[in-house]
Amino acid sequence: MGRVWKVGDNISTDEIIPGRYNVTTDRTQLAQAAFIEYRPDYAPNVRPGDLVVAGRNFGMGSSREHAPIAIQASGASAVIARTFARIFYRNAINIGLPVLVCDELHPGVEDGDGVELDMASGVIRTADGREFQVEPLPEFVLRIVQAGGIIPFVQAGNL
Amino acid sequence: MGTMSEEILGRKVGRAVRAGEIIVTPVDYVMAHDQTGPLAVESFRKLGRPLFDPDRAIMVFDHIIPAATVQSATLQRGLRDWMREASVGHFLQEGICHQVLVERGFVTPGAVIVGADSHTCTYGALGAFGTGMGSTDIAVALTTGKTWFRVPETVRFNLSGAMGRHVYAKDLTLAMVGMLGVDGATYQAVEYGGAAVRAMSISERMTLANMAIEMGGKTGLCEPDEVVDEYLRDRAREPYEHVLPNNPEYGRVIEIDASAVEPMVALPPDPEHLATAGELSGVSIDQVFLGTCTNGRLDDLEVAAGLLRNRTISPNTRMVVTPASRRVLLEAMELGFIQTFIEAGATVTNPGCGPCIGRHQGVLAAGERALTTQNRNFPGRMGDPTAEIYLASPATAAATAITGFITDPRRFD
Repeated sequence: MGRVWKVGDNISTDEIIPGRYNVTTDRTQLAQAAFIEYRPDYAPNVRPGDLVVAGRNFGMGSSREHAPIAIQASGASAVIARTFARIFYRNAINIGLPVLVCDELHPGVEDGDGVELDMASGVIRTADGREFQVEPLPEFVLRIVQAGGIIPFVQAGNL
Repeated sequence: MGTMSEEILGRKVGRAVRAGEIIVTPVDYVMAHDQTGPLAVESFRKLGRPLFDPDRAIMVFDHIIPAATVQSATLQRGLRDWMREASVGHFLQEGICHQVLVERGFVTPGAVIVGADSHTCTYGALGAFGTGMGSTDIAVALTTGKTWFRVPETVRFNLSGAMGRHVYAKDLTLAMVGMLGVDGATYQAVEYGGAAVRAMSISERMTLANMAIEMGGKTGLCEPDEVVDEYLRDRAREPYEHVLPNNPEYGRVIEIDASAVEPMVALPPDPEHLATAGELSGVSIDQVFLGTCTNGRLDDLEVAAGLLRNRTISPNTRMVVTPASRRVLLEAMELGFIQTFIEAGATVTNPGCGPCIGRHQGVLAAGERALTTQNRNFPGRMGDPTAEIYLASPATAAATAITGFITDPRRFD
């Protein structure tokens, strides 16, 4: 079972990865800088299966793709937010980081809670037996996700 | 029939489009810069195809120029190698991407321009649909000449009245972010209309459109008019037509009386937290920054130089001035503004993004406080995450530099 990394509303790309850490395309280095100032305990401790659970407008600000790459490379399995900022959302879909909308999860869980995401059904189960359903992806976005990101989507002749 | 976004995108795809539908549209120009370029090149190489049109591909070096570290120098060397290999048509290193693309006539009414920078929405000042994307989206556009959009709904601001003394487009745009909030226009376009916008220069309209993204907006559009035509004469790279709203249905319409707006300041941690400059007059400031794609143009420098002439910067603060482009710098030199800044005690840097993103030319220490003319004040943006960033107009910035405390510029009338 994974754990919840709970973050607040309006988390900017500067808080996900400050600009001065964007001077590399190396995924390992980007992963080490994920939330480095906002939550220094995140990068050293996050494990596969963990979920970043955010409030409203997650990823506001810059277009830096370093932000979703840092989260993806850090090992977290998905970001579940009440809402996402537009550019961050597109970037995450493009690179294959699951970004899912669920209005009830953020108020319903605490930092460190045990959770499990079933990607196929979009159901999140908590250690104490509760279930949360994420919103279905828009059809076009789902096609990109099913292709494995925008690059394979384009290579398959779409767009 | 539609909003400006629906009209522009509909012309591009050759049929009427409505808010909410997903379209695949051709793009006129595709831009990346030294910060987002390296990841775009990685994705471009994965796609394994040539540029769809080298003349439509633009690379700008502006974020860390000249390179401040071996790491950024290495990334820039890699980009230069790639540009030669891929035959990129336009390599510009003379200022901030958005300023330079407008100055060089790439931006025309009705154009669709995508850039790997969130402030690509600035091009709406000239009636172009500009929008920011990430590096992989840009790589796709570089190879296919196309991108996908969800046609946005529109929030329309009608700005009536005339702005008062020492009130500027920056104060209006901060007031709008304060009204709508930092996610108030997410997935939507913003349109700016009314007498106050018609009276604005291109530079002021760019200040408005630049901060559409600070409300989450996909783009920020002003209606093209004779001010745009005048600016684009001998500058536009291709012929264009004005594309205007046509019986639009807006998601939301907000009326603002520009004459009631005062000099505004955004407080940490984001631009929706606002006060008037007067309300913050006891707040001491360690560094003032004048520049950026929001407010680094000639008229911005002129306003600040007007206040700083025959005055000096407070010994309790420091000031950095970064002209938005080489052209702005040259004109500011000719007009004596640069002389004024240096005599007042400011540090004038080469054109570019300057200290806005906290990597060089004025990084903040723990606990320091900056007042800057940029668009964002998120924690950690300009250096240490405990540094506080306040956003204001060039006039408020200059007045603050003189006193060392946040200062309403009308105090110097």
